[in-house]
Amino acid sequence: MIGAAVFLPILFFLLVAVLFPFAVGSDRMILSRTGSGVLWVAALLASLLPIDRLVTPDIENGFFDHYAARNISEEWIAVARIIAHWLSFAVPLMVALLPASMLLSLDWSVFWKSEAGFLLATPGLAALGVMIAALTARVKAGSALTALLLLPLAVPLLIFGCGAVDGHQPGAFLLLAASSLFLLAVAPFVIGAALRVGQEG
Amino acid sequence: MITGANGIGKSSLLRLLAGFLKPFLGQIERLGRLAFADEALALDRHMSLQQALAYWAALDGFSGAEKDAMRIMALDKLAESPVRLLSTGQRKRAVLARLLASRAAIWLLDEPANGLDKASIMALLRMIEKHRDKGGVVLAVSHQGLDMADYATLSLEDFRSKNNHQSVFFDFDDESAAF
Amino acid sequence: MIRLANPHYFLSLSRKLTPWLAIAGILFSLSGILGGLFLTPPDYLQGETVRILYIHVPTAWLAMGGWSSIALASLVQFIWRHPLAGIAAKAMALPGALFTGLCLLTGSIWGRPTWGTWWEWDGRLTSVLVLFFLYLGYIALSRSVSNYSTTSRLPALYALLGAINLPIIHYSVLWWRTLHQGQSINLTHSSIDPSLLWPLPLTLIGFSCLFAVITLFRMRYLLAHAQYEARLRRMAAL
Repeated sequence: MIGAAVFLPILFFLLVAVLFPFAVGSDRMILSRTGSGVLWVAALLASLLPIDRLVTPDIENGFFDHYAARNISEEWIAVARIIAHWLSFAVPLMVALLPASMLLSLDWSVFWKSEAGFLLATPGLAALGVMIAALTARVKAGSALTALLLLPLAVPLLIFGCGAVDGHQPGAFLLLAASSLFLLAVAPFVIGAALRVGQEG
Repeated sequence: MITGANGIGKSSLLRLLAGFLKPFLGQIERLGRLAFADEALALDRHMSLQQALAYWAALDGFSGAEKDAMRIMALDKLAESPVRLLSTGQRKRAVLARLLASRAAIWLLDEPANGLDKASIMALLRMIEKHRDKGGVVLAVSHQGLDMADYATLSLEDFRSKNNHQSVFFDFDDESAAF
Repeated sequence: MIRLANPHYFLSLSRKLTPWLAIAGILFSLSGILGGLFLTPPDYLQGETVRILYIHVPTAWLAMGGWSSIALASLVQFIWRHPLAGIAAKAMALPGALFTGLCLLTGSIWGRPTWGTWWEWDGRLTSVLVLFFLYLGYIALSRSVSNYSTTSRLPALYALLGAINLPIIHYSVLWWRTLHQGQSINLTHSSIDPSLLWPLPLTLIGFSCLFAVITLFRMRYLLAHAQYEARLRRMAAL
């Protein structure tokens, strides 16, 4: 997780913001109405990109065996890994949201709401990413499988996140925070179990 | 010392003893701190060798122990080189240095001599002897067998032919099953 | 439990059970479908199109029940390391996905005359669509995992993760859009006239039997495959 590899998902995210106007035209009305939803989908897709590198290299390198020999519980490793993944993925993503919003001519109010939505959703998304990474760590899976496994489970984050930005639905921020918190709460146990189960071979 | 041909289950036995695998029958009790060295490096490729080893030494609660270990394994000149630039033999010595620095009582070694030159193998044997004299336990598996006549050696091949191998819980091997 | 873990016992039981379940499944399904097509009066609101209900409702029930059963079997496999439970969970994924697909198909066909469109982004239909993708993900995962271990508990973890997330997904989709007619059948009373309702339990039982038949066939296949893999492994070890 050193150097340029961290920024590739962020560049992907920005690239979607550039491509979208090519597809639907540069009409500012259309862009500002649909832009925030596009950015949510782009963020979900960008979150798929780092999954291969979250757990697999460390298993292949034998790190987890040495943690296990030292009786360090997999759950704590999972917590550390989620925090590290959030810092290296979500924080740059929230910075990249500013230029992306400008490219899609979003209003300032929409930008700030999206930023708040990202802040609430990304911890859950990071937890989900590490969960799927731990589940597929020993499988020669490929990105199609990780997408198929992750995206259905991310549907609530997408719905509540976009709902919060729309502002038509009351309580969307709370529901978004709740579903993100739920993913965070179950993640260490799922990841810990997946790492131990995977070791059984 | 445990010997046997490729694929007979030496590494599995070691992983069982390390507690990574759960036995189908019986129990494994661990009476002391455990460290192991196998083919995997488990050192951050982008750190310097000293930093990478210090990480594990700190986890074991013996910060600074890596310095002595590196000297014994003749790695002190490489302290500042990044791990990714080390050669196969140097990596193997780094793995053994981590084992030394852990100060664990029980050593589990998987093919410890692979990739080592003559001088390093001698250093390894001295290291094992010293550990044994201090009362430590060393369990090594190897397909060739180290040149160590005075160690207890168990061949899994003998063991296996006597105890006809069977899956215990789920009889996948049963040829008479009708589907 | 221990007795069922013995594949000999399980296999002889399932060999005896399969034909009876198949006959019962076909008889119940046929009588329910024929009764629903010819014997019940048309609905006063939706006319003849309501007859698709006799297929649509059982498939929806099996789509949900299928995942619940997979999750239950996965829990047994996960806690007690019961390998047959893991094989049962894997075996149920295919009929589960099949009936979920049928549910989407019949829902879409029903939607054409009722809503005037083949696909409506209605809450329940959409959450069944997400469930369909969960099934496909589970099948893909258990296939790639079985390349390295026939008894791995990784797919079980995903099934459980999906099961605890399903209610959240369901309510998020409902919250997002509710266009579907309200739930018309529950345990205490029914807003459908009883004269319309009687074929429904028949198809429900019939489809469930067919689900069980497919599951038993799949389990026998998976067991045979596991034995084949074990033999290959033994030969490689010699």
